[in-house]
Amino acid sequence: MPQITADARSNMSLARRAWGIRRKALQMGEVQGQGYVGQALGVADVLAVSYFHAMRFQPEDPEWDGRDRFLLSIGHYAIALYAALIEAGILPENEINTYGMDDSRMPMSGMASYTPGMEITGGSLGHGLGIAVGMALGLRAKGGDQFVYNLMSDGELGEGSTWEAVMSATQHQLSNLICIVDFNNQQADGPSRDALAVGPEAPKWRAFGWHAQEVDGNDLTALTAAFDAARCDQGARPRVIICNTKMCKGIPFLERREMTHFVRVDPDEWARALTILDEEMPL
Amino acid sequence: MTAAARARKYTPRTAPETKVATSAMIASLAAEGYDTVSAPFGHALVAAAKTDSRIVGLTADLAKYTDLHVFAQAYPDRFYQMGMAEQLLMSASAGLAHEGFIPFATTYAVFASRRAYDFICMAIAEENLPVKIICGLPGLTTGYGPSHQATEDLAIFRGLPNLTILDPCDATDMAQMVPAMVAHDGPVYARLLRGKVPSVLTRYKPDYQFKLGRAQMIRDGSDVLVVSSGIMTMRALDAAELLAADGVDVGVLHVPTIKPLDTQTILEQAAKGRLLVTAENHSEIGGLGEAVARCLLHAGVTPTYRQIALPDAFLEAGALPTLHKMYGLDTASIAQKIRGWL
Ligand SMILES: Cc1ncc(C[n+]2csc(CCOP(=O)(O)OP(=O)(O)O)c2C)c(N)n1
Ligand SMILES: [Mg+2]
Repeated sequence: MPQITADARSNMSLARRAWGIRRKALQMGEVQGQGYVGQALGVADVLAVSYFHAMRFQPEDPEWDGRDRFLLSIGHYAIALYAALIEAGILPENEINTYGMDDSRMPMSGMASYTPGMEITGGSLGHGLGIAVGMALGLRAKGGDQFVYNLMSDGELGEGSTWEAVMSATQHQLSNLICIVDFNNQQADGPSRDALAVGPEAPKWRAFGWHAQEVDGNDLTALTAAFDAARCDQGARPRVIICNTKMCKGIPFLERREMTHFVRVDPDEWARALTILDEEMPL
Repeated sequence: MTAAARARKYTPRTAPETKVATSAMIASLAAEGYDTVSAPFGHALVAAAKTDSRIVGLTADLAKYTDLHVFAQAYPDRFYQMGMAEQLLMSASAGLAHEGFIPFATTYAVFASRRAYDFICMAIAEENLPVKIICGLPGLTTGYGPSHQATEDLAIFRGLPNLTILDPCDATDMAQMVPAMVAHDGPVYARLLRGKVPSVLTRYKPDYQFKLGRAQMIRDGSDVLVVSSGIMTMRALDAAELLAADGVDVGVLHVPTIKPLDTQTILEQAAKGRLLVTAENHSEIGGLGEAVARCLLHAGVTPTYRQIALPDAFLEAGALPTLHKMYGLDTASIAQKIRGWL
């Protein structure tokens, strides 16, 4: 088993961490009155397991060389990562109400030059996995044992650049690369399965030479097991965890919305969503 | 990363007192008081498609955000959702053009110009195929930062032979460009104004009609000539009103076709001895300003020349009105600059 995990530092449950990420994302959404809140609610469990079970990092030193790298390929998910970075103590909680504001460190689209803990500049989709390949090569060349995590979306499976990187990672036997696909079956124009992501997903990655798992991305136990399996696999190959998530997870009246890519939330609905969440605070 | 950028990244912030939301909406750019038209591109495409069965629509997961959904609803059988794959969008459009269709392909300006450039260059432009590339968020029309701000799209595309380049000002331009693009037998790149688009030009020139390849005087003026394209023509006209109150008479020459440039009209107007100011929603490098400067120098026409454009830099993220003020694209900044140059 891999040693040190972040959750050893705290006895707070992963469920409580995921809850905290959802809550902070909603608070940020309320600041702007808009945002990619559906994605943040959907991917909160994946981020909780990444930051509080799997990854090594030092909150007080976001650029600590021994950290596992976490690349947010999907810049529009920044609101979700900010929430996780605040939960992890990398960003201060009192900056929540600067989200998306002029001169904020938390712009709507994630950028490395703005935010501690943001490893790369996203926004133009389909970049993360290629950069992850380079980082994994670099870390290996330096003799490091860090993992490179790349969080990408199902929409990014449409970009050719993704598949160039998929093949390259196999070619170079990048066992220190873990790709996480947030499969929410949503893109800008509608369901991903109606665009380019016609399944089956895991067999596709396996055929490309990857260690591939497909899990319920809103099930913390399943996620924890999948991250452990990905880290512990002895094969000289890259690993992918395809996480089937639900947009707006945890806030039923938002989950039911048809258009969730840029979910419309009316001014009075933020408080309603926060109340629903607060009633379900885990221990 | 520079030391200054790093310092900024690690400096804690506090929330500003006034709340300004980051916006991706083009309509928020219009000054108060202009009427708006909803989805002029989408509706014009539907109208053109009614009488021309060669027209098809393609997008890379941005139909809703480029007004192509209007066409997709009207003609679902002539609409192709290519998924988020901009290179494929261009290659497939080229393929359809080979088979006699006139594809209208939509995405954002950054993704067409940056990711798909080679595919546009070789599959479309080199073969002079009639693919019409219609792209949202041109120049600085979103607060999302450099990933979405197409500040160098004109520079990139001006170097491409065969390609016609359009930069509309308003709803009239946008709608009338569609049949003009269909009539033009070759590839076109058009900057898109989407959603609720202001009607600007006909207010100042009631009989205004878009003409491909033609620059047109929208307003005459004896002290200054502003040569502008895109939404900067709207800004120039607004600034001209402000300056008129100070007794400064500003003419505005609107250049919606960036390539091929209407050098004849530009030279005619430039020769009248006024201060010449170019204004563009684009980097100071490689856009309208440089195209006009080149045209003047080649002809030996040398009025005093000034350029209003975005700096040669990656721009900030933030609220759009803040950014326009910061980079001098707002009406007040333009008027102030012109006063200073007189
Ligand atoms: C290269 C590129 N093309 C298009 C876009 C515009 N865009 C932003 S998000 C998005 C949808 C992508 O799918 P996904 O990330 O799965 O969407 P979500 O799950 O967030 O709804 C698109 C097309 C982009 N940011 N980058
Ligand atoms: Mg998705």
